[in-house]
Amino acid sequence: MAKTLYDKLFDSHVVHEDNGTALIYIDRHLVHEVTSPQAFEGLRLAGRKPWRVDSIVATADHNTPTNGWDKGLAGISDPISRLQIETLDDNIKEFGAKVYFPFMNANQGIVHVVGPEQGATLPGMTVVCGDSHTSTHGAFGALAHGIGTSEVEHVMATQCLVQKKSKTMQVLVDGVLGRGVTAKDVALAIIGQTGTAGGNGYAIEFAGSAIRGLSMEGRMTLCNMAIEAGARAGLIAVDQTTIDYVKGRPLSPKAELWDAAVTYWKTLHSDADAAFDAVVMLNAEDIQPQVTWGTSPEMVVGIDGRVPSLALAKNEVQRSDWERAYAYMGLTPNTPISEINIDKVFIGSCTNSRIEDLRAAAAVAKGKHIAPNVKLALVVPGSGLVKAQAEKEGLDKIFIAAGFEWREPGCSMCLAMNADRLAAGERCASTSNRNFEGRQGPGGRTHLVSPEMAAAAAIAGHFVDIRTIN
Amino acid sequence: MQAFTQLNGLVAPLDRANVDTDAIIPKQFLKSIKRSGFGVNAFDEWRYLDHGEPGMDNVKRPINPDFVLNQARYQAASILLTRENFGCGSSREHAPWALEDFGFKVIIAPSYADIFYNNCFKNGMLPIVLSADIVDDIFTQVASVEGYKLHVDLAAQTVSRPSGEVHQFVVDAFRKHCLLNGLDEIGLTMLQQDKIKAFEAKHKQVQPWLFS
Repeated sequence: MAKTLYDKLFDSHVVHEDNGTALIYIDRHLVHEVTSPQAFEGLRLAGRKPWRVDSIVATADHNTPTNGWDKGLAGISDPISRLQIETLDDNIKEFGAKVYFPFMNANQGIVHVVGPEQGATLPGMTVVCGDSHTSTHGAFGALAHGIGTSEVEHVMATQCLVQKKSKTMQVLVDGVLGRGVTAKDVALAIIGQTGTAGGNGYAIEFAGSAIRGLSMEGRMTLCNMAIEAGARAGLIAVDQTTIDYVKGRPLSPKAELWDAAVTYWKTLHSDADAAFDAVVMLNAEDIQPQVTWGTSPEMVVGIDGRVPSLALAKNEVQRSDWERAYAYMGLTPNTPISEINIDKVFIGSCTNSRIEDLRAAAAVAKGKHIAPNVKLALVVPGSGLVKAQAEKEGLDKIFIAAGFEWREPGCSMCLAMNADRLAAGERCASTSNRNFEGRQGPGGRTHLVSPEMAAAAAIAGHFVDIRTIN
Repeated sequence: MQAFTQLNGLVAPLDRANVDTDAIIPKQFLKSIKRSGFGVNAFDEWRYLDHGEPGMDNVKRPINPDFVLNQARYQAASILLTRENFGCGSSREHAPWALEDFGFKVIIAPSYADIFYNNCFKNGMLPIVLSADIVDDIFTQVASVEGYKLHVDLAAQTVSRPSGEVHQFVVDAFRKHCLLNGLDEIGLTMLQQDKIKAFEAKHKQVQPWLFS
């Protein structure tokens, strides 16, 4: 029978199945400091050990500061943040890991940037992490999704996860993306169409010529945002782009194993006649640069659009959602997006902090300067390796000359667990993934955009159509 | 894990769709390395008028009188009634930990985000899906009848109203079994360790690069 990519990945990991509930084997377990301490504590209390230490790849990212690294751990002013980072150090020392990149290690960074760049994420794998943006790794044709802390403990103890099979959704994007239209815009346009609950219960496979045309960085951006459409897992079939990216990474297979792996990986695509439970279609040519206006990623319009009026709400529930969003965001319906002024800019996060993202933003910022009304424009590379590469290319100098701050890697102002955050009422053009109330700081107002659009907004002081800029 | 069988509980209404886990428990409280004590900070940004940080004496903080869960009539509620896509966003299990610690054992909504839904079952909580129409009707009842309670029976998979009206709900058989008996899932999976080892050996032959 014809199988979808999801079927192939799921079925090849079933240890045992009983009445629709399966035990599936987990190949890679990514671990960070926030969702792991209670899991390690659970192991300790039960006298258990990790089933397979060499499946664990760990790093500190959520709490880590993005400046003041010269002071080391002592530079983390918040004692409970510091304790959480130290607790991860202690836990990895006690329980072990294949590789661990602690705070300030040259390879440290956001777990969803570090995994792929180390070759810790490979096609065909099952990948889990106590973090919803684990969907990122589906870009490699891996079955990857976020789990809660109880499941983190379960995977550590048993190498398995109790799962029911998801339904499958194919999101087809055919055509050629216009100039200035990125994977981020594709992701936001899809969510604008499906809504943030549209993917609940589904694994989404992104397909079509526009997806095939994306780089691995772009594919990771897209799969990263699958969870914002409600789907725990996003997937993209393996092709030569995937294989070229994986080759030569520290944890990638070598020599004969590489050849065997590639042969297998080439089977990781949906069969031509495989059926999906749902199909969503978009034309690449119709997608404009996107800007969210509200407090959910589904509250999104094209750059030449306006904050929608209540008349466009589809029902009573959405109407009250929108009314609350106008008030929280300090916006009036029908305001043109390009007339919204910003206070801060954040370029970073597991969605958009890879080298390609920084190159794109730097190309916009080059030779220009941030607008006087922009109080802070942060660039936070996704990992130590991304930062080093960017510096080799001189991107740091471009950003600094343009008035941006060039910081150390980490999650930073995507979720504002460290010191980087918005003050109440401040408005931010952000390349992150969530515009929820308080996400970037209590009372902060987030507009999600691509790196190019964030850089352009920093220069102009308000949102601008990147397609009108040379 | 604590078992869940039946509950006759006071219902508190949270009339919002797409309530995300950042709202249920804001990020600053995720720095804790413990599993308990999150209840006082559940819905922190909506519930208090000041900005909350870990370690504050929450008793002394100014309460937001407009936030529904602060109303006297909903104190001691153990059933949370809410709208579509509850628990979306971050996978933080601190969200069910906070709700459970706050006093909720049951949530009723038309739909949930997948990860949150799954996390509830690991913590002795029962998230129930009822149709949007039924949920809407219960909202009306809760608003008009002070002290409105529902009776939830997991074994029978029913929600009963004071009027005698009974709604069936669907729950996965394995999750139901674990919840009814308060079973430790890790312990259950460990019973399958021979199968896991056998799978692992075969997996290693098919994809040896995953073990190199």
